[in-house]
Amino acid sequence: MEQFMQQVVNGISLGSIYALIALGYTMVYGIIKLINFAHGDVYMFGAYIGYFCMTTLKLDVLPSLLIAMVCSTILGVAIEKIAYKPLRNATRIAVLITAIGVSLLIEYGTMFFMKAGVRTYPPMTGLMAQKFHIKGLVITMQQVLIVIITIILMVLLQFIVKKTRVGKAMRAVSLDRDAAELMGINVDTTISFTFAIGSALAGAAGILVGLYYNSINPLMGVMPGLKAFIAAVFGGIGIIPGAMVGGYVIGVVEVFVSGYLNSMYRDAIVFAILILILIVKPSGLFGRNVREKV
Amino acid sequence: MKKFFSLILVVLIAVTFLSGCSGKPAEDVIKIGINYELTGNVASYGQSSVEGIELAIEEINKAGGINGKKIQAVKYDNKSDPAEATSLATKLITQDKVIAILGPATTGAFKATIPVATQHKVPVASGSTTGDDVTVDSKGVKEYAFRICFNDSYQGTAMANYALKNLSKKKAVIIADTSSDYGKGLAENFKKTFTAGGGSIVAEEAYVKGDTDFNAILTKIKGMDFDVIFIPGYYEEAGPIIRQARDLGINVPVLGADGFDSPTLVELAGASALNDIYFSNHYSSLDQDPVVVDFIKNFKAKYNKEPDAFNALGYDLAKFIADGISRADKLTGEAVKDALENTTSFSGVTGSFSIDENHNTIKAIVVIKLENGQQVSSERVSD
Repeated sequence: MEQFMQQVVNGISLGSIYALIALGYTMVYGIIKLINFAHGDVYMFGAYIGYFCMTTLKLDVLPSLLIAMVCSTILGVAIEKIAYKPLRNATRIAVLITAIGVSLLIEYGTMFFMKAGVRTYPPMTGLMAQKFHIKGLVITMQQVLIVIITIILMVLLQFIVKKTRVGKAMRAVSLDRDAAELMGINVDTTISFTFAIGSALAGAAGILVGLYYNSINPLMGVMPGLKAFIAAVFGGIGIIPGAMVGGYVIGVVEVFVSGYLNSMYRDAIVFAILILILIVKPSGLFGRNVREKV
Repeated sequence: MKKFFSLILVVLIAVTFLSGCSGKPAEDVIKIGINYELTGNVASYGQSSVEGIELAIEEINKAGGINGKKIQAVKYDNKSDPAEATSLATKLITQDKVIAILGPATTGAFKATIPVATQHKVPVASGSTTGDDVTVDSKGVKEYAFRICFNDSYQGTAMANYALKNLSKKKAVIIADTSSDYGKGLAENFKKTFTAGGGSIVAEEAYVKGDTDFNAILTKIKGMDFDVIFIPGYYEEAGPIIRQARDLGINVPVLGADGFDSPTLVELAGASALNDIYFSNHYSSLDQDPVVVDFIKNFKAKYNKEPDAFNALGYDLAKFIADGISRADKLTGEAVKDALENTTSFSGVTGSFSIDENHNTIKAIVVIKLENGQQVSSERVSD
């Protein structure tokens, strides 16, 4: 039982990261029907900004987190303006290929400037180095921080999407872009805003991972990016609560496969989930089956 | 008039070409090729090796060279790419006319240069390729390939014996990097020796390069009954594994191999997590042997930093080749190969060694112990 609970703790920490990244995927897909493959690299960028803030500038965790989120936002919006906006009316496959190109550019650009090797965050001290022992469970301060920050950001996101004018505009654009434009909504600004929010969340995930695992490298975004994509598909791509649930499910499944089966099957099973979902219920857990109009 | 100009042109061209031939004869220097990973993903291995090599060549030349002839090193960067390593080996042999080639540092790239070396009868030698089949395979020994480090199976065996005899541990968990031959080879040999010596393997877990989350497998083994963990893999993943294990309260000794040898291990795991860590290595800076002490002093004077194992191996490699060349009866690749084959009790920074019939080295392994992130002791262990 103790072991089971510990695995749940591990799964939720990992799942929070996937959920944060998956949100960006799903929001961007919801609004322009693009799988933004560069999203995992925005997450990596956030981790490097966090690294820079905490080593060179010697900032504390929270200011570093905010700076990483702001910088990731700028990167995300820049990607959208430079790479995707000129292709707004191009075929979807052209935009998808561009996304892969942008992803490779960011990965290897970072490798060029920062070198390929792993980098480590400074050692944690004081409150951040705390460990909580509850009935045999060990929970580190980093795990607590990851879960708390993820929940705060998700509540904030729900608030923005449901209660603000921009959120309303986002929902309108994702429902029907042309109609939204006719109603006087500035579609370009709304799309940029979506990228901004998604990238800020990815940047936050990046620095949290840096704190949690203490190891970052230029290709760190590839695998979590793919897993988050699976999480988004699992929950129903384009649906925000779906991405949150999907992230946690994928995280917990991964940990349980490693913990109770064999760690070598971990990735295989996660990808098998993607295939199963696509066969059985392509619209995802929370998706409605919409009949294609002919 | 036109004819006159073309005549001048012909003369000029001829002069250009002929002057190329009339350079000073290469008789008074001995050319050695350096074919290393100076850029690319394993650049740190190549760069460190070359630092050691260059220090050794400088020392040899300062002492008068080999039998009165200075060594001239021709250095190329193979960009951590086996194909590039092969073409550079060809270039070094056919254009630069080197008598022997040092490098590359990694198993794959080094193996790629062996066919070229064998074809042109020029020995290639590496300081750090630990793959089991580097110098010998099912077709027999590769005549022109040499290495001066122990191989992976030897490390796995040595660490299993160390766990059994020196640490008196009987129940081991293996957490192996299954994405590299290095990890798989070490795990297999450790397992074989450990079980043969009366120990048991409680669990075998696996990870792949680039993984960062090991909490799940560590939580799984936490409930088991074991007294030692063996991690065959590189420091990039070993660091996070150790850190997460200690965070979960797993405090048994952790064993590893030369993949642990990096200052980054301390940063990844955190000094406070690095207690009771033992890993096998080629060399220890704690060694009090005068050869080692001198090497460390000279290295620090030239590069202003502490030498690592790759520096030491590079240094030994250059000295080893120079020793072979000095004993060769004439300056041909074939004669140097014969001399290298007959190397016995060569005394280097990484220990005293001989070359066996498979072109491997017979030498003692160093086991280094870490406490609080610091190397606190080292002992030489031979089978």
